Amino acid sequence: MTLLRRTVLATAAALALVPAAVLAQDAGKAPIRIGEINHFKRLAAFAEPYRKGIELAVSEINAGGGVLGRPLEFIFRDDQGDPAEAVRIAEELMTRDGAVMLTGSILSNVGLAISSFAAEKHYVYLASEPLADTLVWGSGNPYTFRLRTSTWVQAALLAEKAATTDAIRYATIAPNYAYGTEAVEAFKANLKRLKPEVEFVAEQWPPLFKIDAGAEVQALERAKPDAIYNVTFGTDLAKLVREGGDRGLFEGRDVYGLLTGEPEYFEPLGAEAPEGWVVTGYPWYDFAEGTPGGAFVAAYEEMFGETPKNGSNVGYLTGLSVAAAIERAGSTETEAIRAAFEDLDIPDTPVGPLHYRALDNQSTLGAFVGTTALNDEGDGVMVDWEYKDPTPYMPSDDEVRAMRPAE
Amino acid sequence: MAFLFALFLTGLANAAALFLVASGLSLIFGVTRIVNFAHGSFYMLGAFIGVTLMELLPGAVGFWGAILLTGLAVGLIGALVEIVVLRRIYRAPELFQLVATFGVILVIQDLALMIWGAEDRLGPRAPGLRGVWRIFGEPVPKFDIVLIAITPVILLALWYLITRTRLGILVRAATQDREMVGALGVNQAWLFTGVFALGSALAGWGGALQLPKGGANLLMDFNIIGAVFVVVVIGGMGSLPGAFIAAVLISVLNAFGVAFLPESTLVLMFVVMAAVLILRPYGLLGREETAGEHGQVGAPETPIRPYGPRGVALTVALLVLLAALPAFAEPFLLTLVVDITVFALFAASLHFILGTGGMVSFGHAAFFGGGAYAAALLVYHSETPMELAFLCAPLAAGVLALGIGWFCIRLSGVYFAMLTLAFSQLVWSLAFQWRSVTRGDDGLINIWPADWLNAPMPYYYLTLALGVGGILTLRHIIHAPFGYALRAGRDSPRQAEAMGINVGRVQLVAFALAGAMAGLAGGLFVFSKGSVFPTELEITKSFDALIVVFLGGVKTLAGGVVGASFMTSVEHWLTRLEYWRLVLGLVIIAVVILMPEGIVGTLKRLAGRLRPSTEEAPR
Amino acid sequence: MTEILRADTLRKSYDGFLAVDGVSFSVREGELKALIGPNGAGKSTCFNMLTGQLKPSSGEVFLRGARITGKRPREIWRLGVGRTFQITGTYASMSVAENVQMALISHHRRLFGFGARAWKLYRAEALDLLRSVALDDQADRPCSVLAYGDLKRLELAIALSHRPRLLLMDEPTAGMAPSARIDMMQLVADVVRDQGLSVLFTEHDMDVVFAHAHHIMVLNRGKLIADGNAEAVRNDPRVQEVYLGGGTLFKEARDA
Repeated sequence: MTLLRRTVLATAAALALVPAAVLAQDAGKAPIRIGEINHFKRLAAFAEPYRKGIELAVSEINAGGGVLGRPLEFIFRDDQGDPAEAVRIAEELMTRDGAVMLTGSILSNVGLAISSFAAEKHYVYLASEPLADTLVWGSGNPYTFRLRTSTWVQAALLAEKAATTDAIRYATIAPNYAYGTEAVEAFKANLKRLKPEVEFVAEQWPPLFKIDAGAEVQALERAKPDAIYNVTFGTDLAKLVREGGDRGLFEGRDVYGLLTGEPEYFEPLGAEAPEGWVVTGYPWYDFAEGTPGGAFVAAYEEMFGETPKNGSNVGYLTGLSVAAAIERAGSTETEAIRAAFEDLDIPDTPVGPLHYRALDNQSTLGAFVGTTALNDEGDGVMVDWEYKDPTPYMPSDDEVRAMRPAE
Repeated sequence: MAFLFALFLTGLANAAALFLVASGLSLIFGVTRIVNFAHGSFYMLGAFIGVTLMELLPGAVGFWGAILLTGLAVGLIGALVEIVVLRRIYRAPELFQLVATFGVILVIQDLALMIWGAEDRLGPRAPGLRGVWRIFGEPVPKFDIVLIAITPVILLALWYLITRTRLGILVRAATQDREMVGALGVNQAWLFTGVFALGSALAGWGGALQLPKGGANLLMDFNIIGAVFVVVVIGGMGSLPGAFIAAVLISVLNAFGVAFLPESTLVLMFVVMAAVLILRPYGLLGREETAGEHGQVGAPETPIRPYGPRGVALTVALLVLLAALPAFAEPFLLTLVVDITVFALFAASLHFILGTGGMVSFGHAAFFGGGAYAAALLVYHSETPMELAFLCAPLAAGVLALGIGWFCIRLSGVYFAMLTLAFSQLVWSLAFQWRSVTRGDDGLINIWPADWLNAPMPYYYLTLALGVGGILTLRHIIHAPFGYALRAGRDSPRQAEAMGINVGRVQLVAFALAGAMAGLAGGLFVFSKGSVFPTELEITKSFDALIVVFLGGVKTLAGGVVGASFMTSVEHWLTRLEYWRLVLGLVIIAVVILMPEGIVGTLKRLAGRLRPSTEEAPR
Repeated sequence: MTEILRADTLRKSYDGFLAVDGVSFSVREGELKALIGPNGAGKSTCFNMLTGQLKPSSGEVFLRGARITGKRPREIWRLGVGRTFQITGTYASMSVAENVQMALISHHRRLFGFGARAWKLYRAEALDLLRSVALDDQADRPCSVLAYGDLKRLELAIALSHRPRLLLMDEPTAGMAPSARIDMMQLVADVVRDQGLSVLFTEHDMDVVFAHAHHIMVLNRGKLIADGNAEAVRNDPRVQEVYLGGGTLFKEARDA
């Protein structure tokens, strides 16, 4: 019954979207519109918390008087996870719906498609969630900025931890697509640099979301590694943890998990969450009341009645970044916004100060690194975590310049 | 040795769910001839309903009871779908039902999201079956052993049902000869409903039974459907023992692939399927399809004629309107028309082999994406001028189609379709995994047109000229001797061969031509978007084209073009709604039920009713 | 009269079962010859080996002295052999005239033409052919609405379109009303006389066979047991034995 009501309401709300926007325009100052393109349906589990993070940021910004004295408004559009569709929607948002810049995408390929399009058409694009580092490095362009912590840095953080142990023989398991290979290469490069004697004895490449966990675990076990580096996430991770736990793969072995501690992936594991893994993630439960992080968590729970995910944090920071950039630009002209993003400083965010580097348009959003454990309620959490500034782990400025195409 | 044996057991355990789902699909196809794309959705429903019931019912009895109930529940849902949607369209052209099942997929996806939310659910453990047994020292999860034991039991139960019960006799009779069942005095409608419900229940059981090894999530439906079709086809469509053997074969091979060739698992099953179909065109235990079984059922087409004066005038008016569009329309509309034109050409090229040639391809995206990639690779790696690279798109796609077609044209019906699908998956995996050349799924970006074309208006006219030109060329060929020869081969291959027509060669040339046209669409596509990714080669891309051809009307000449325009416009508008998939699914189902001959076909019939033509009346 | 078609000890076995067992015969120019036999005698198998639908297990087929064993149906057709099927195989989505035009397009080797409008090609010739089987008044009807007997005649027109010297007809009157059968065979006999071509046909209806065939062959259990004129075959004791159960056939034939 509530379900039916929810559906009716949601559909009605969606149908009413356009008139509502028009009304708002008439009522007061015209809003500043941002075009947000994402895979709200195809990757609903990841996109929904992200969207809510944006909504929270927007409500706070507008409550505080908006941007340049105008309300901020995000137009959310679903691209079905199809890069070509995303490009078309990007154009519609910019030329027809009056968006002043673009944000969004989780999938790297969609992010790259929008990025290439944005560069060609001279639109500003803030790639909030895509994981591929090539967005700001190998395929970087002046119009694309990127919020999410780079894969390279997260892998480097784990490699740093790994280098302090005695483990020599490493096995890796990563989804068989660009992000997986990038994450494995980054970990290998960083670890080899820190500890040249390590060996990589097995590399497993399950297809994304189609893992045959039993066989993967057997293959990893057969290589008799000292430590395992895991890049799988979502359902693949759940299956791997289950099969690996049952078959004793993780016993007596160090395990490093990229993104494994993010609530999106970690929470569904419930009481079966593995203990003692070194992971990157998002330990919202430890943010103290009164700190900026704690305030964000409280506001989020207040607004949505659920706990935040990592995507919520990224969404929230997306809203803050966009507002800060437009405020700094002093106008909604593309070139002004683009210039404002370069070396943009946002002093107060839930994770501390945030900066967009002029060097490669990458933000300085860091990463939480910690060890997994079960808390008193039997839920998986990260303990002994610390928030790491990414700057020391980035490739050198010269290396970055060499990677980025000439502008 | 112990390792290999344990690996073998893993494969066997994985085969359980796969076999359950595949046997359901095979059963449904065998009796009703429906290619049920929505079968993965029933599997997903099984997982979600199973999780929910297991949370409600405690203990071991609750666990196994929940699995049993899940099958019944999903069976009921299947029956509902059959009664509400599919029953109304059995008389539609063959394979038309797959469009309806596609609508069902969309509806179920959004309903599942509404009911269960977006978050993944971890499946509950089977009570008392946590942990491992050691076999030759290797740990084997207890639940794996249970699955391995259950699978043959299910096969035997199905075998008993099919060979020893009245229902089974009817099912077998219907599988071999649908007309005969009617003659036996059986209510065919209820037999179909029953079989569809049973098949759905099997999928539901598959979804519930895999819970202790995984869970429930919203991507399960698409993630399993490929493997299920592969299993059914390798086994032979309609054959339950075949499905069993194939499920075991695929699962075990996959387990060994993981251990010894970790990067192969993306395509392994498609390679196996291609090999099996090339050696045994009807699968391992499949039966040769009787001629015409997958040809054009339903009312035969009326002889084709080019448009009369009124049709020509309408077409010219439309083209004039399109040509004048830049003068008054906002720029985005040009982009939308470019996208529609590209998709319409792609759909028209598929429609050419599907409608006129009777060749149902499930892998046409290989040529669309192939053309796009050919042009993009040239630009990306050797900075080839855009004009030259663009020319290579249809050429490369045509050559690719010639190669793939050479293997495929000796097959027919669903087997032809599945072999094209296998090859398109191979092409996809090439683009996906040959990273040094194709950049994998990072795609090829910054592929923009030459300066003189790099603006909305010039590119609009280029697309319009080539897209419309391509569509008109295909139409012209349909009316030319070659088009007639192709149609002759479709209507009666035996008669065609007996009048000197080399049907295979005609079909191969048509296939290559359609591939080249799809490649042309791909070339237009890549320079309009500036990038190309392996998504353009995915199965869903092929199905998009397939669906619009059926939606538009497979037995009409304009069906592909009209269907593509309809779908692109509707979809583009609907995606701004929150539950757009639900709405789109319902729209598709409504079109399918109200217009069983497709949009164009039904409009034509209605027009014919209003203004009866004297030409075709018997004299 | 010279020989146009010769079969030399044709054999066809399926999993050890001999469907056709060493059959030899010939058809001469201008001859109307029937191949008869009870159900399961191997007529269709034998026939399909002549037309290329089936490959013989052993034995040879010669057309005007040239070996055509194992050639494909379309190759045999190009050598000037027309054929019709027991179950008609016309193109349901084309008009009656277009069905004949299709054969003419193939005959003139224009199958891979991409420019012309197909229904304009060889239309006059097609109408002539249709006139010869009295179907010209139905030329523009969809083939799918034709009566069964008309379909059979259409098939004959199609088979005659490339001016064959030999026509192989599998049950040309199957499924037709008795009066229509006579008309149909009369049509065939006229064509044979007018165009001087040879016809080999299989047939169930003994009226048709004995009324029109110049020579008759009888096949039983894969073996040829008689080959001669109507009188000789009728009086052959082995044939009488085979057809004992179906003696009415001979009574009717005698009456006719």
